[in-house]
Amino acid sequence: MIKFERVSKRYKNGVVGLRESNINIENGEFVFLIGSSGAGKSTFVKLILKEIEPNQGKIYLDGEDITNLHRRKIPYLRRKMGVVFQDFRLLPKMTVYQNVAYALEIIGGIPKRKIRSQVNMVLGIVGLHRKSNMRPHQLSGGEKQRVSIARAIINNPKLLIADEPTGNLDPETSWEIMKILRQINRRGTTVIMITHDKEVVDIMKKRVIELKKGKVIRDEMNGGYGYEG
Amino acid sequence: MKVSYTLKETFRNLWRNRLMSLASITSVVATLIILGIIFILVLNINSISQGAKDQFTNIDVYIQEGIPTEEINILKSDIIALQGVEEVNYKTKDEALEEYKEQWGEDGYLLDGFVENPLPNSFVITLTEIEFSEYVVSKIGEMQGIEEVRYDEDFINKIITVSDYIKVIGLILIVILIAISTFIISNTIKLALNSRRTEISIMKYVGATSWFIRWPFILEGTILGLVGAILSAGIIFYTYRYTYNVLTSDFYSLLAAYLVGVDKIFNDSLVLFITIGSGIGALGSITSIRKHLDV
Repeated sequence: MIKFERVSKRYKNGVVGLRESNINIENGEFVFLIGSSGAGKSTFVKLILKEIEPNQGKIYLDGEDITNLHRRKIPYLRRKMGVVFQDFRLLPKMTVYQNVAYALEIIGGIPKRKIRSQVNMVLGIVGLHRKSNMRPHQLSGGEKQRVSIARAIINNPKLLIADEPTGNLDPETSWEIMKILRQINRRGTTVIMITHDKEVVDIMKKRVIELKKGKVIRDEMNGGYGYEG
Repeated sequence: MKVSYTLKETFRNLWRNRLMSLASITSVVATLIILGIIFILVLNINSISQGAKDQFTNIDVYIQEGIPTEEINILKSDIIALQGVEEVNYKTKDEALEEYKEQWGEDGYLLDGFVENPLPNSFVITLTEIEFSEYVVSKIGEMQGIEEVRYDEDFINKIITVSDYIKVIGLILIVILIAISTFIISNTIKLALNSRRTEISIMKYVGATSWFIRWPFILEGTILGLVGAILSAGIIFYTYRYTYNVLTSDFYSLLAAYLVGVDKIFNDSLVLFITIGSGIGALGSITSIRKHLDV
């Protein structure tokens, strides 16, 4: 699904994001990306999303070399992925339904009827079909995150990137989110989750990739968080 | 879907930042009104100088005494062959005297005192363009049998110079004002961009194309420019119509004959304003998008 070949990224201000990192994630995997801040986790995500370009190395997505992808093709690449953020990034004036439908509407050319059935389906997956007319301020943190997951998967992406999705949530709510992510993963979507949540990583027993100072220092199947962080 | 989305977003932005929208429109209106004033001045000066040219494109060429008719005819055909000469009329001394008598009117009898007509035979040359005057005058000066060439060099040159100055100063002023308006609009668009940062970032991540994200902002700037254009065209129309009516009242009627009509000014300035206004708007938003929107 994703392959990094000796990828290096140094920012203009001299900060090193990644150094000659090799990462290979297969189709359908569930991967935790951990490491202290500044280890290169965000750089990794930004490189996949084509927000930044690597200085060196090659990046493949779904077998396609995206290292030097033309700017104009980036939106189409992003339609193959879903992204979930710690701060949810919902539009406050829109209802739950509108927030999710928005992701399909801006692509254009999709009939309203199809949008409706898609939105209802993903709201069902995250368990929010009864709250589709509420606005974000009426929802709890966990519910907001579920809306944002629904939005991320509405394109039926092969890859879901979750950037600290439980960062703002209490442990119980975090588990709800993790169950949904696991369910999405079981449907065949590759999930990459950046996290600092030791408990979640230890209990889920999934592949763990640990970064430090821009290098992969650990890559373990059924791994744990590893250190007290 | 795309069109209705773009329009909805555009007007939402315009309303959300209504104070800056107002400032942008005002700056466009100010720019275009100054442009309109210069435009009206240049058009009218051209029209007036065109009228003046009709009077001053005449060159009087006095012919020496005792030149035989055949030679006068040769001179005439030589002159008419010059570039820029539209017409050459031969005026005998007797005709010239009659003209003076007519001009002097009641005092014309004074001219009866002359035993012999003191006026020379002459050619009255009409030029196609005033710019040819110096060339034609110098060429005629080289010809045989010419006593004197007369034309209103200074006056003609002054009209041309004044018109040129207004064009140059106007152009500089307009360029500066357009730059200022573009800057103000680009700031308005920057505010619109900032107030929608989250939305734009979401759009980016769900795969909206960059043009899809940009259009509402470009349209917003263009609409600001267009509204400014229509407002200022209206202001120019009513102001000019009022001025025109005052100037064409009896008191100033001499000047009024050469003023450009209200309809022509309105039609021309509307086209000019709409082009420049929407151009400023689009340019302002595009510069802002380039600077502040990373898509």
